[in-house]
Amino acid sequence: MENKQKIVIIGATSAMAEHCARLWLQNKAVELILVGRNAGRIEPIANDLRVRSPKSDIHVVEAEFLQPAAIQATVDNIVATGPVDVVLIAHGSLPEQADCQNNLAACHDALVVNGVSPVLFAEAFAQHMAQAGSGTLVLIGSVAGDRGRKSNYVYGSAKGLVTRYAQGLQHRFAGTGVKVVLVKPGPTDTPMTAQLKSGGVKLAPVADVAQQIVDAVGRGQAVAYVPGKWRVIMMVIRHLPAFVFNKLNI
Amino acid sequence: MRAISSWGRLSALPHQLVKLGDPSQVADIIGGQKPGVAFGNGRSYGDVCLNPNGVLWHTAGLDRLIQFDGKTGRLVCGAGVLLRDIQRVMVPQGWILPVTPGTQLITVGGAIANDVHGKNHHVLGSFGDHVQRIRLIRTDGQVIECSPQQQADWFAATVGGMGLTGVMVEAEIQLRKIAGPWLETETLPYENLDEFFKLADDSESGWEHTVSWIDCLSNKGRGLFMRANPTDAGVRNEPKGRKLAMPLVPPVSLVNPLSLKPFNTLYYNVKKSNTGRSITHYEGFSYPLDNILEWNRMYGPKGFFQYQSVVPREVGLAAVHATLGEIAKSGQGSFLAVLKTFGNRQPVGMMSFPQHGVTLALDFPNNGANTLKLFERMDAIVREAGGRIYPAKDARMPRELFEQGYPCLNDFLTFRDPGISSGLSRRLMGS
Repeated sequence: MENKQKIVIIGATSAMAEHCARLWLQNKAVELILVGRNAGRIEPIANDLRVRSPKSDIHVVEAEFLQPAAIQATVDNIVATGPVDVVLIAHGSLPEQADCQNNLAACHDALVVNGVSPVLFAEAFAQHMAQAGSGTLVLIGSVAGDRGRKSNYVYGSAKGLVTRYAQGLQHRFAGTGVKVVLVKPGPTDTPMTAQLKSGGVKLAPVADVAQQIVDAVGRGQAVAYVPGKWRVIMMVIRHLPAFVFNKLNI
Repeated sequence: MRAISSWGRLSALPHQLVKLGDPSQVADIIGGQKPGVAFGNGRSYGDVCLNPNGVLWHTAGLDRLIQFDGKTGRLVCGAGVLLRDIQRVMVPQGWILPVTPGTQLITVGGAIANDVHGKNHHVLGSFGDHVQRIRLIRTDGQVIECSPQQQADWFAATVGGMGLTGVMVEAEIQLRKIAGPWLETETLPYENLDEFFKLADDSESGWEHTVSWIDCLSNKGRGLFMRANPTDAGVRNEPKGRKLAMPLVPPVSLVNPLSLKPFNTLYYNVKKSNTGRSITHYEGFSYPLDNILEWNRMYGPKGFFQYQSVVPREVGLAAVHATLGEIAKSGQGSFLAVLKTFGNRQPVGMMSFPQHGVTLALDFPNNGANTLKLFERMDAIVREAGGRIYPAKDARMPRELFEQGYPCLNDFLTFRDPGISSGLSRRLMGS
């Protein structure tokens, strides 16, 4: 009985993560550890998952997301009960670009929450996975991290950090049992993007995006654009020469 | 503002879509941006879920399961949960929603607001018969917990209340114990309406689900009668959820006088030669169209109407006959045509649609004035028979027919939330 897959979600109130969790326990019982800054906000999610899968073990962990020592302690505690099979690092927040330009504190927060904090969590889990010689580490990057654009380059540069970091980690763990999956969602219909929606941006349904993430994790895919069309779109955008790109209002 | 359509795709008018997520914030949101109306999955056909040029409170974020008691089968969940999600979580645990309509892609809130029915109405009533409690939030911030026992008048107004009494955030539903996902089904052809009614009467005691496809272009009323019972068929391979989709909106309706008659004749004869009993998965029997995504696009850019009426049993034969005559004369219609009897049960809601009798549901591609004229002739039959039309499907019924069909209307109006308004409520209730 004690062979349940052990899955950790950092940033458990993320809508994308919540939908991934629903899929992971859809067909089998798992051990799921939901980590967030506010246990009160995670409990309704945990309850939902308990109803969906009464045989799964679902734990809620409240944690600090910015201090390196606190992150290390949180991860050590989680791993102390046994090695982890899958870690999904999903937290983030979409800042207003204008705020980041006008207010260095907002700029700093956007960089730390979307870039530094996910990397520190990943690094802490990477230590343990290196020792165990197995595990899958899933990072949520973004298409915004592929090329800096005036409309959201602060968020984009934080996600760019995650992208470069994941690349390095993949290099480090090449040929071992540890897999690193970098997910790059396009604009997705979640509470984080509510502002975009009122601006008329077409957003992908979060349940569909989650299904594609779970599939990519199952395959151990190195880089997964979700939905897949963004692989093509971003290839074009990355390769546009500057004299063309700089004329685009994107 | 975004263009929003309901399932009939008759209009695509601008709406301001406001998402509801955290239940604790619902009161503030609906109090701050009104008048509006709750919008679930947009599967009702007409304007009951629309509020053109106004606010829609989108309930998709209220999609959490809250509690389930495995001994009693009581489920508490958010109003935005899809019936499909409940089925897929609960059927493997041995429980099922007692009543679902012909699609499971609707929310719990929508199922209650329209007090939807299914193929087993004569045994299990409508969706509202199995709702044990509703948490309703009014636009003035008042929270009402109602049930058949507690604040029972609010419960009766809200079940079938078209979302006009408040915004439902949470509901408690009594599920039903099952042996597995399988149904024993039987399909029988009928040549005319007399045979249909005989089959329906004969099946009422021994069969839980009864429904029929009717060839709406045949004057006599030929069709295929389908009936089913839950069965313990052990463990079998479940069908793969293979999905087709209508990839685009064709420039004209694919359902038209040229295609309809050959299709109906072919369908009837192929199925007729292939009748009998079999074991079927509940999804395939109950929700045959759910595997064709966006099938509503097949009616082309002008969309389609669904006309669903119920008339009392005593006059059912004559009324259905007369209706089929009008349809055949007009040459309009669709192969999506359903004829079914309702059992003799007291409805839960003041405004619930089902009543003892026979219900006919038909799709019609929108051919403008021609279609509306046909509906006037069909209305006359319903009016004379003392029947009513289903608001969840309606986009055009005359106000006087609505008032005649729903005798509890005046009582219901006293429960309306003044901060809630929909296309339908303005059309049929004046505000």
